[in-house]
Amino acid sequence: MSKPQQNFRTPLGKVRGLGSAKHGAGHFITQRVSAVALIFLVPWFLISLIGAVRGGYDGALAWVADPINAVLILLAVGASLYHMRLGMQVVVEDYIAKHSTKAVLLMLNTFVCIVLFAATAYAVLKIAIA
Amino acid sequence: MSSWTDKRPMSPHTTIWKWHLTMASSILHRVTGVGNYIGIFLVVAWLFATAVGPDYYEPLSGLIGSIWGQLILFGFTLSVSYHAINGVRHLFMDAGMALNPKTGSFLSGLVLVLAVAMAVAVWLLSGLVPGVDPLNMTGAV
Ligand code: HEM
Ligand code: HEM
Repeated sequence: MSKPQQNFRTPLGKVRGLGSAKHGAGHFITQRVSAVALIFLVPWFLISLIGAVRGGYDGALAWVADPINAVLILLAVGASLYHMRLGMQVVVEDYIAKHSTKAVLLMLNTFVCIVLFAATAYAVLKIAIA
Repeated sequence: MSSWTDKRPMSPHTTIWKWHLTMASSILHRVTGVGNYIGIFLVVAWLFATAVGPDYYEPLSGLIGSIWGQLILFGFTLSVSYHAINGVRHLFMDAGMALNPKTGSFLSGLVLVLAVAMAVAVWLLSGLVPGVDPLNMTGAV
């Protein structure tokens, strides 16, 4: 065996001078915490939603209007959007090397998730509070 | 010159590889994660259409009810099923469990089978397959 590596940074890495942004651990943990929440929320959402779809338009309205369903829908979709924003961030960081393209895509990812959440919140609150 | 003295080959060797179940599983987790990202647009569109009214709900419902809509919906069910079950495997691996190659290959295969079973079960139980409705979800008696 050769001598253990004292420093894990490659010469190229040293020259570029780019290091950790110190957000890695928080990202890793929140992605997993949201995953644990989704283990419970996603099966409920799948089964419940499919039941609601069966009942046509009136069935759909009645499903969202139920107070417990309304809260659980906001949680399920909200946790999914939070989780998938973190997940897509990693995918973009893995495949897009060009800084400008990466910055634009990361921003777009954030905007898309926020827009989807706003639409969900509007829809659920409108039906449940009306 | 570089001060890199380690004589071992540097990974990855992108032209020398063969398929492993664990590799397929890793790729599928990412593919289904992105698939779910796309699929949730449909969920939000459905909620939004429900809130806006029948003028929006009915056309969307018709689109989802078409053969292409049903294919997309089944693909989404499969994607969520796979990602959810494999996600649980990921969480165990993050906790340091189930990491040796034999266990990894076995669980990768098992997750694949369970995911297909889960997607098919969801469709059978929810009355989405024409003529099959064990729980009477369609209310057709
Ligand atoms: C149902 C329960 C779910 C569990 C247990 C789960 C678990 C996980 C875990 C542990 C990761 C990290 C994988 C890694 O870093 O190697 C991940 C990644 C990801 N998840 Fe989920 N997830 C779930 C549902 C969802 C949903 C509903 C969506 C989207 C709407 C989603 C989208 C993503 C995306 C885009 C990634 C990034 C893929 C990658 O980096 O390869 N997940 N998921
Ligand atoms: C068809 C070829 C390949 C595809 C499509 C592919 C795809 C992927 C994907 C999607 C991931 C992310 C998984 C995740 O985060 O959960 C990954 C990770 C990885 N791949 Fe590959 N891969 C391929 C070939 C290879 C080869 C040939 C090697 C090495 C010889 C390799 C080494 C790795 C390593 C070490 C990781 C983990 C990186 C990390 O998360 O730190 N891959 N690959």
